[in-house]
Amino acid sequence: MKFKIYRYNPDTDAAPYMRDYELDVEAGDKMLLDAILLLKEQDDSLSVRKSCREGVCGSDAMNINGRNGLACITPLSSLSEPVTLRPLPGLPVIRDLIVDMTQFFKQYHSIKPYLINNDPPPETERLQSPAQRAHLNGLYECILCGCCSTACPSFWWNPDKFVGPAGLLQAYRFLADTRDHATSERLDDLEDPYRLFRCHTIMNCVDVCPKELNPTEAIGKIKDMMLKRIV
Amino acid sequence: MVNRVVTGAHYGLRDWLIQRITAVVMALYSVALAGYLLLQPHLDYDVWTGLFSGQPMRTFTLLFLLSVFYHAWIGIRDIVMDYVKPAGVRLAIHVVVILVSLLYAIWAVQILWGF
Repeated sequence: MKFKIYRYNPDTDAAPYMRDYELDVEAGDKMLLDAILLLKEQDDSLSVRKSCREGVCGSDAMNINGRNGLACITPLSSLSEPVTLRPLPGLPVIRDLIVDMTQFFKQYHSIKPYLINNDPPPETERLQSPAQRAHLNGLYECILCGCCSTACPSFWWNPDKFVGPAGLLQAYRFLADTRDHATSERLDDLEDPYRLFRCHTIMNCVDVCPKELNPTEAIGKIKDMMLKRIV
Repeated sequence: MVNRVVTGAHYGLRDWLIQRITAVVMALYSVALAGYLLLQPHLDYDVWTGLFSGQPMRTFTLLFLLSVFYHAWIGIRDIVMDYVKPAGVRLAIHVVVILVSLLYAIWAVQILWGF
């Protein structure tokens, strides 16, 4: 199989370049990450992040044939050759396929991704009915791989001001949680032409999410909540 | 190191909502006008002037044009916010777009009511 991989080592390279690789491998039921690790045996300078190798940790997000995804759950057989691998778009490159996700996590932290509840803790847990809990489905599964936000042009143009699809999905995850009491503070914080309203509903985020989540729908629900409190 | 706290500017919802409402007005007007023109077998000067002689049609047309201008203002401002970074240039473009839209609105009234 033929591969074209983005290489850049800021210590030694003046500019990034694409390097060709060839790998003698049967696609079979192998995933792209398996192939990358075999390539790393050929060339141990190739740098990539990985951990769980089963689509749970979100470390190996990259741009695969022009589309963001997780290498560990992308079947080799689904890819056309040459398989072109680039780092996630729009973020600073640390080396090869490894990007600096500081800005991404800064936006995630800005939405206060934790329950805010000043009531005294009860003897047991704070309980939810099964129906209340069901509202969190499709929200809590996010693994923060960054595929969605780095596929979003609004996040490319304003990564310092627009929260981005991943952060907004998590913002709605806490707005939708009955145990959280900071609903209006959260809505106040998001009511901003940049933080929320940079989303123009082009749905790249939904298209690329490896966990098949729907940030666009969550963003729509945040707007609904804002509307309901003023009408 | 100063850690700047990001928070909402407390606007944005109204513009978003107005853009949706004006879109509905534009869609209704466009469908109504297109329907009327398609059902009109002989479209000539008399039919056109007849159509725009009634106050309801003039008012609906003005409402449509005001929707276009407001919708366009929000859309252009959004584009400028993405692509024009220097605050001075951005403000200048905002002012030009607002002034041009206002002029068009006055001109529209003049055309529709024939002052």
